[in-house]
Amino acid sequence: MRREQPMYADTVQSENVLKKPLVFGGIALVCAIVAFLLGSAALISTLLPTADVASIPLQLSASALIGVAFAANLLGISLLPNGVQRLVVYGQFLFLLIAFVLVFDLDMAFIAEKGPTLLIEGLTTTLYISAISISIAIVIALSAAIAKLSSNEFARGIATFYTSLFRGLPLLMQLYLVYLGLPQLGFFPEAIPAGIAALSLCYGAYMTEVFRAGILSISRGQWEASRALGFGSGQVMRRIILPQALPVVIPPTGNMFIGMLKGSSLVSVIGVTDLMFLARNLGSSTFNHMEMLLTAAFIYWALIMTLELIQSRLERHFNKSKTR
Amino acid sequence: MQPDQTASIISLQNVSKFFGNFQALTDVNLEIKRGEKVVICGPSGSGKSTLIRCINRLEAHNGGDIFVDGVRLHERMKEIQAVRTQVGMVFQQFNLFPHLTVIENLMAAPVWVHGKDKAKSREKAMGLLDRVKIADQAEKYPIQLSGGQQQRVAIARALCVEPQVMLFDEPTSALDPEMVSEVLETMMDLARSGMTMICVTHEMGFARAVADRVIFMDKGQIVDADSPEAFFAGNRNPRAQAFLDEILSH
Repeated sequence: MRREQPMYADTVQSENVLKKPLVFGGIALVCAIVAFLLGSAALISTLLPTADVASIPLQLSASALIGVAFAANLLGISLLPNGVQRLVVYGQFLFLLIAFVLVFDLDMAFIAEKGPTLLIEGLTTTLYISAISISIAIVIALSAAIAKLSSNEFARGIATFYTSLFRGLPLLMQLYLVYLGLPQLGFFPEAIPAGIAALSLCYGAYMTEVFRAGILSISRGQWEASRALGFGSGQVMRRIILPQALPVVIPPTGNMFIGMLKGSSLVSVIGVTDLMFLARNLGSSTFNHMEMLLTAAFIYWALIMTLELIQSRLERHFNKSKTR
Repeated sequence: MQPDQTASIISLQNVSKFFGNFQALTDVNLEIKRGEKVVICGPSGSGKSTLIRCINRLEAHNGGDIFVDGVRLHERMKEIQAVRTQVGMVFQQFNLFPHLTVIENLMAAPVWVHGKDKAKSREKAMGLLDRVKIADQAEKYPIQLSGGQQQRVAIARALCVEPQVMLFDEPTSALDPEMVSEVLETMMDLARSGMTMICVTHEMGFARAVADRVIFMDKGQIVDADSPEAFFAGNRNPRAQAFLDEILSH
């Protein structure tokens, strides 16, 4: 979790509306009604194992209990000091998620047995496909962004056509077109190179727009000052514009990284044994679908949280040199 | 027609400039002698900035000829580069490179454009910073300096490539009032060193003290051009009179 302050927070102290009996009661009531409609049987059978779950008075009182508990929880959180509140909210959601996962009654021994394969083979494949694809995509995107902004009509034509085509087709379809279409022309790409090609071209097209916006965000005065000093167009771009555009494009590029990491799961449809492919196949013969899918889900999430951490570090690094 | 190179370093002959259908400059003729200091004034939208931006071809003129130190300006990169290294420019908004320190801003053009030695460029840059009295800020970033300091750095940066001519595009207009004089002083110091200067400015005190000629522009044309003594003494074009009344009234 980031420790950022809210941006441009006002200095006004807003009053705690949860302390108003009407608001508190209203929330409790709404929550109780929802609980009643969804059924409060589970709570009754947990608290009073011997009671009759169909009894309306029992259901009503259990629902009321849920409603009041929910509202009291909100009020309790709101009374905690700033900073702690966020942690408690995060923790409660995490708890709910874990509780939800535990409902599946997972076969932990199976996870322990097959998990390492998932981690070693699947994660490695996913990581290296993503890493190669993102590197190629960055090169493509940078070239296409500069081409789109150049005064060379030929370059602009190519770049515009490229971004239009590859942003315009679903990634899954691009994968099929590369993997199944190229053989028609006499090329027979392996699954992994085909996957990398499709991912790079697709995310390269998205990132072209990110880079283009980043370059455009640098003021006209920077171009003029460099030109007045005699800089050639390549030098202006490399020495003056791109270094300033870099901090601007980090957050959206981080988004693209995350998108690609997850988008790489699509290569499983052409038989690449990535995280997604193994998650679906390792458990299927013994019907342990959920075990493998949830393990893979956890690995994806952990991976992306790591990326987010790296991104926020980078942002902080560049902001520092801007405000120092 | 080739200009007389010994006399004029800059020569504009029937220069016109259009932005779409709007004519920003109409048949401008101007000869500027080596070492001359010219102040250009006039109401906003009169074409002052466009005129000086045509001299280093930040804008392309549409008609007429511009010669800088004998080189005729047209669209070829080679001529433009040659002219741009002869002509330094100072902008209203400073336009320092925010990702570089002050000293790196000064070294950028000598090292990256002209391939000069880094250590020597640094030494020379420090000398220039000293000249604009800001050497102690060399390792800071532009954002840490005041507006007046930033503009002085911008002047030093333009001087780093040893230009023959300096163009100033309203250099004090974006400054807080108390910082105007430090920039004007730097400019006066530069004027005393014999630099050819073309300044778009409304600082009439500066014009009176430094200029060899004051040019008044209106609607894309040079309306009046005279020595500051004559210009401020009266007998002006009525439009110039109206403009002066306006800016000197407060």
